[in-house]
Amino acid sequence: MTAHRIPKAGRLTPAREVRFSFDGKAMTGLEGDTLASALLANGVHLVGRSFKYHRPRGILSAGSEEPNALVGIRRDAARQTPNVRATVQEVYDGLEAVSQNRWPSLSFDTGAINDIGAPFFSAGFYYKTFMWPKVAWKRLYEPNIRAAAGLGVAPDEPDPDLYASRYAHCDVLIAGGGAAGIAAAVAAADAGVSVILADEQPEIGGALRFEVGASIDGQDGWSWARAQMAKLTAMPNVRVLTRCTVFGYHAQNMVVLAERLTDHLANPAPEMSRERLWEVRAKHVILATGAIERHMVFPGNDRPGVMLASAARSYLNHFGVAVGKRVGIYTANDSAYYAALDLKRAGQKIQAIVDLRDDPKSSVVEEARAEGIEVLTGHGVVATNGRLRVSGMITRPKDGGRERNFSVDALLTSAGWTPSVHLFSQSRGKLAFDAKRQIFLPGANVQDCVSAGACNGLEDLAAVLDSGYAAGEQAARNGKGSAAAGGRKVQRESWSGGMVGAGPGAGPEDTSRAFVDFQNDVTAKDIRQAVREGFRSIEHVKRFTTNGMATDQGKTSNLHGLAIAAEALDKPIPEVGLTTFRQPFTPVTFGALVGHNRGALFDVTRRTPMHQWAEDHGAVFEDVGTWKRAWYFPRAGENMHAAVARECRTVREAAGVFDASTLGKIEVVGPDAATFLELMYTNPWQKLAPGRCRYGLMLREDGFIYDDGVIGRLADDRFHVTTTTGGAPRVLQHMEDYLQTEFPHLNVWLTSTSEQWAVIAVQGPKAREIIAPLVEGCDISDEAMPHMSARECRVAGAPARLFRMSFTGERGFEINVPADYGPAVMEMVWAQAQNHGACMYGTETMHVLRAEKGYIIVGQETDGTVTPNDCGLDWAIGKKKTDFVGIRGLKRPDLVAAGRKQLVGLLTKNQKHALEEGAQIVADPKQPKPMTMLGHVTSAYWSPTLGRTFALALIADGRARMGETLFVPMPGGKTIEVEVTGTVFYDEAGEKLHG
Amino acid sequence: MAKRTQPAMPSASAFSLPRRDSVLTGRMTASPAVTVTPGGQSSRISLRAPEKSRAALSRALGLKLPEQPKTIAQAGSRTAIWLGPDEWLVLDEPEVDLMAALASVKALHSAADVSHRNQAIMVAGPSVEATLNAGCPLDLSIAAFPVNAATRTVLGKAEIVLWRTEEKTFRVECWRSFADYCFTLLASGARDAAMG
Repeated sequence: MTAHRIPKAGRLTPAREVRFSFDGKAMTGLEGDTLASALLANGVHLVGRSFKYHRPRGILSAGSEEPNALVGIRRDAARQTPNVRATVQEVYDGLEAVSQNRWPSLSFDTGAINDIGAPFFSAGFYYKTFMWPKVAWKRLYEPNIRAAAGLGVAPDEPDPDLYASRYAHCDVLIAGGGAAGIAAAVAAADAGVSVILADEQPEIGGALRFEVGASIDGQDGWSWARAQMAKLTAMPNVRVLTRCTVFGYHAQNMVVLAERLTDHLANPAPEMSRERLWEVRAKHVILATGAIERHMVFPGNDRPGVMLASAARSYLNHFGVAVGKRVGIYTANDSAYYAALDLKRAGQKIQAIVDLRDDPKSSVVEEARAEGIEVLTGHGVVATNGRLRVSGMITRPKDGGRERNFSVDALLTSAGWTPSVHLFSQSRGKLAFDAKRQIFLPGANVQDCVSAGACNGLEDLAAVLDSGYAAGEQAARNGKGSAAAGGRKVQRESWSGGMVGAGPGAGPEDTSRAFVDFQNDVTAKDIRQAVREGFRSIEHVKRFTTNGMATDQGKTSNLHGLAIAAEALDKPIPEVGLTTFRQPFTPVTFGALVGHNRGALFDVTRRTPMHQWAEDHGAVFEDVGTWKRAWYFPRAGENMHAAVARECRTVREAAGVFDASTLGKIEVVGPDAATFLELMYTNPWQKLAPGRCRYGLMLREDGFIYDDGVIGRLADDRFHVTTTTGGAPRVLQHMEDYLQTEFPHLNVWLTSTSEQWAVIAVQGPKAREIIAPLVEGCDISDEAMPHMSARECRVAGAPARLFRMSFTGERGFEINVPADYGPAVMEMVWAQAQNHGACMYGTETMHVLRAEKGYIIVGQETDGTVTPNDCGLDWAIGKKKTDFVGIRGLKRPDLVAAGRKQLVGLLTKNQKHALEEGAQIVADPKQPKPMTMLGHVTSAYWSPTLGRTFALALIADGRARMGETLFVPMPGGKTIEVEVTGTVFYDEAGEKLHG
Repeated sequence: MAKRTQPAMPSASAFSLPRRDSVLTGRMTASPAVTVTPGGQSSRISLRAPEKSRAALSRALGLKLPEQPKTIAQAGSRTAIWLGPDEWLVLDEPEVDLMAALASVKALHSAADVSHRNQAIMVAGPSVEATLNAGCPLDLSIAAFPVNAATRTVLGKAEIVLWRTEEKTFRVECWRSFADYCFTLLASGARDAAMG
């Protein structure tokens, strides 16, 4: 039994010990402990250093609102989590925790020099101080500030844990498993609807964990909660999620939860998800998020050992740990008196209860006095003593008078309870200020949700339960009818009272530091200073002082900060405003948000049917959108340049085999198919005979090129449309959009068949000889099947669509077979191809060969601002056509103006000079900067056919510049001289296409 | 309705039909909670037609094309899944020629062979709903999505058609190149669902 564990106190089992370490020191705790309760059981209050001043800090709370006790938790080299709240982390055997923001050690921290320099580090310090000299910012200030910034150390190895996410639906989602949430869950579940009850703690029960004065229907509160848990988990329509934080409330009752599954386990199985993100669509939401106790704002209120009164009760009544032996209480409300009574009855000494109220009336005050506890009403705590732990509290009547010094080793404070309206506010509900009680409460509900219990301002346990049962019943009945409430026998504590803002000794005239926000080291003084310097909106005060901007998001500090600002501004609190409650309610790991979507699931990786074949033949792949495409096929000893050069030569001299499966394909079917294509493409289609195909050019409404591809007509009413690889989804969407909105009268339907077909391109002078032995049912002679033909036939036994077409300038065929047949057909084609000296080639060779022919690639030669005329594609526009998408755009003045950039070829004067794609082109390299840029290089390659480099470029008035010399200035001062040429570098007459 | 000017595809061939390589061959994930396995090969067509053609198409297919969202119609090995007011996915055994079944229908329609476009994945077991809900946002409770409910939906980043064939068995139809992603996501979901 550790020194501060009280025999027979609490609910943990003394025999169930677990070993853990803190800053390397071995300690023992009990199963069910949090790290905070286990440290306190070992007498450890000092657990961290504050962010700015490096002041020693202890444990403030017993819950997720904790601002101070942030530690690093380490399982192994890759599993290190910084900024874990010790009040939330459960201990397990072997847990390793380390303190943060201190060097060299927690008790001796050189960073504490900031504390001595504190007068200089007041609000806005960084904004004011590091302004000059200007040069110092980059070299001196920024690096040093960056080194000092941030809490904890992020792991530097990839996270080996698994995460998951899950969608769920329910009739009633209840956020928070305290008395109200349990009551709501039971009522809704009993009515037979589906219920999800989520609570961030390991066990439901909420405040009943420490509120030992409560009993419900003859059971003490905690036992009642256990009985309800047993009942709920046995019901098939209920899912109880513990260790599960409701952290986000989106539109239409989409509520997001983070469930922690393994952080409390000593040896989680490797296949377990560490966390699971739940995205729940709930018909009704019941918010039962409770209330958070506020600390008192007084000088020296941040020393280790100064703690929230309810936290001390949790540590005693649940964990069996006394947080001190000589305890002082500083309060402005009744609930803290119970902490004094509990601790006294557990054998600890209560030095005094200091109550800021002049004449508190509750019976609990008399009860304390009757127990022999000194109660100082109308008093405040105006200072504390101690360095690494509080050792004394100095009290004074609040209007001045004699100071008294009490020796204490723990000081429990309570300024009252702040309803947790975070989720209500996230739901877009507006808050209403209760001036009498100085709290913000939920106003009208915007979504189908209701707030029950303490988060709605209720303090009386009977009322809390009634509101929970009523909310549950009403939700189960879809909000109809009124619920039968009451009738339960409830014993309760009195929790009334409370104050906001700074207490005596922390007023405008006082110089000492009374902390409002512990994690960001914001004092009452800082907030007043912000007001003095002209900040009026609480949003600005927040950002200037950083109050509430730490990882705890001001759960304990926001209301105090607001009250102090309001007082300084001499305005009522609602007029100063309230900062926005944003997601997440408490910090959520990136892992939980990423869920399944990492590694192979980060994005879809699409592979063609012949991917394995290409891989088996040594292909190097490149990413094209989400596709993997064979880039080139290096042979032993070949680099990319050599492989591509060989592939290019082989295709031109014999033939090559290419996997073109990624091209988008759309089956356009219906009696109006040709009419529809007339509207979608610039080209004429009505007269294209079945069995023929044609290059199609698609524009946007503004006249710029959107996509292109070859379209084959298979029958009067059936076209096989191909699109660019990257354009496949958007082209179908573009077509479908026009079909549904502009041309709904047309009888035509679009079906994506991109993945129905495996496409094997065979290109080169020997292409026909290669495929001839495999083709059945179709005469593929030049006479019977000239360039730009489409046939349905069989290839290698598979039903096929065979296209005579070329993207290389050579005679070419594209064999389309149903995708699953792709690998087998490819093997047979390749066997034939080898007989003719052909090679397999990849996308790089395809690019070179098409550029030699001046064929554009949409997205490379075009960038969304290029017209058909710019690319020399006017021939693709049907001259007699009166309508197609983009026809009016083409007539816009800018699109017909002189001086537009036009596609041309470029040859460097020095044949060995290579141009870079994207390089800018100028007329005079000696002109002053910034130079007048005429255009840019769109494609640049080495051509083994030409034996030199060549390029395509978009240049202002390019076609009028044939033979001109232009210049390409490169980074580093080199300038490349180029000559403007036509765009076709190979077989300008196009004879090879036709065989 | 097809007025073809080309000769019909030859039925006799010197070659036998080539080997058919499905995309997920050999993949399998199994636990007592859920199994994920590749579905077998199928014939599939994407059928589009206005309301007035429904009767003729139903007659040709031998089933009554469903008219309600989230429903299917079945006859023997054939299933038609409602995907939209004018759209159905028709499934049958791999050797059945669905295109031929509709070739003589004069009523206005579009049929496109998508047999090889899709890959089926079967997901079955006590935790099948939780497995699918790893990537599918639909309410898959038996009340909201009963046996033989089917719909087009999403699985993570992929579009799928989801069909509940039995109380604890679902068929996922995805595009071929998305099958690896879908299978991997379902396996990841199955791993998590097995935890409860």
